Amino acid sequence: MLDTKYKNDILTIKLKGEIDHNSASSLRTAIDSQINALRPKILELDFSGVGFMDSSGIGLIMGRYRSMGLIGGKIKVINVPENIGRIISLSGISALGVLK
Amino acid sequence: MNIINEMHLKFISKSTNEGFARSVVSTFILELDPTINEIADIKTAVSEAVTNSIVHGYKRESGMIYIDAKITQNKKVIIKIRDKGVGIENVEKAMEPLFTTSQQEERAGLGFTVMQSFMDNVKVKSAPNKGTTVTLEKQIISVR
Ligand SMILES: Nc1ncnc2c1ncn2[C@@H]1O[C@H](COP(=O)(O)OP(=O)(O)OP(=O)(O)O)[C@@H](O)[C@H]1O
Ligand SMILES: [Mg+2]
Repeated sequence: MLDTKYKNDILTIKLKGEIDHNSASSLRTAIDSQINALRPKILELDFSGVGFMDSSGIGLIMGRYRSMGLIGGKIKVINVPENIGRIISLSGISALGVLK
Repeated sequence: MNIINEMHLKFISKSTNEGFARSVVSTFILELDPTINEIADIKTAVSEAVTNSIVHGYKRESGMIYIDAKITQNKKVIIKIRDKGVGIENVEKAMEPLFTTSQQEERAGLGFTVMQSFMDNVKVKSAPNKGTTVTLEKQIISVR
């Protein structure tokens, strides 16, 4: 169950709860099926509702970066809460230009 | 080192237990009055080690994961996470940032890097077919 919005070629997905290895695989399938169905130009992953994330979440972002690359689109990571910002900056994914 | 509290946890290597394990440990340390950031650091590091035991240590098999946690009078937390899985051939290499043996599963290779930057000290003892023990230490400072 994903909270999604699609407007002007932008697919916004609001993630909720805890992102770990346990939850990442179903999130991955759900997000990729939305990407393939809508083929957006931009995928926005909204982290405002995420209370916990470990390195499995970094894998999830990197994987969606690739999924969007395959269809010629881009990914943006938005509304990152402070506690999750620390693991995101540690991961170096900001170098990919995905942070907004 | 004066131990004021101690706990032991044993659970099966099921991915739903990742959340269970990190919340048990973070609840256990509450008597030290940690800050939200200190709790988040410990939760994340425990999640990394437990996930590694499930994903790499036991792969598709199931086995037991053991957590021993202690807190000392001077507010130090010591957490040992142990599996009896496949073990690690080259620990130094495994701990390098971005190193992963499971690229096809979308792993970033950052688990050990996260443990090292969120904790004060990370020790890894491992040998092929003997399993892996990760010891995490953190001084709780509680400065708000
Ligand atoms: N408990 C373990 N048993 C066996 N091998 C392990 C264990 N923990 C780590 N490893 C090995 O060390 C490597 C690096 O671990 P690390 O947690 O840093 O990255 P990862 O798990 O591959 O990716 P990520 O944690 O970012 O999802 C793993 O790919 C694996 O080969
Ligand atoms: Mg890992």
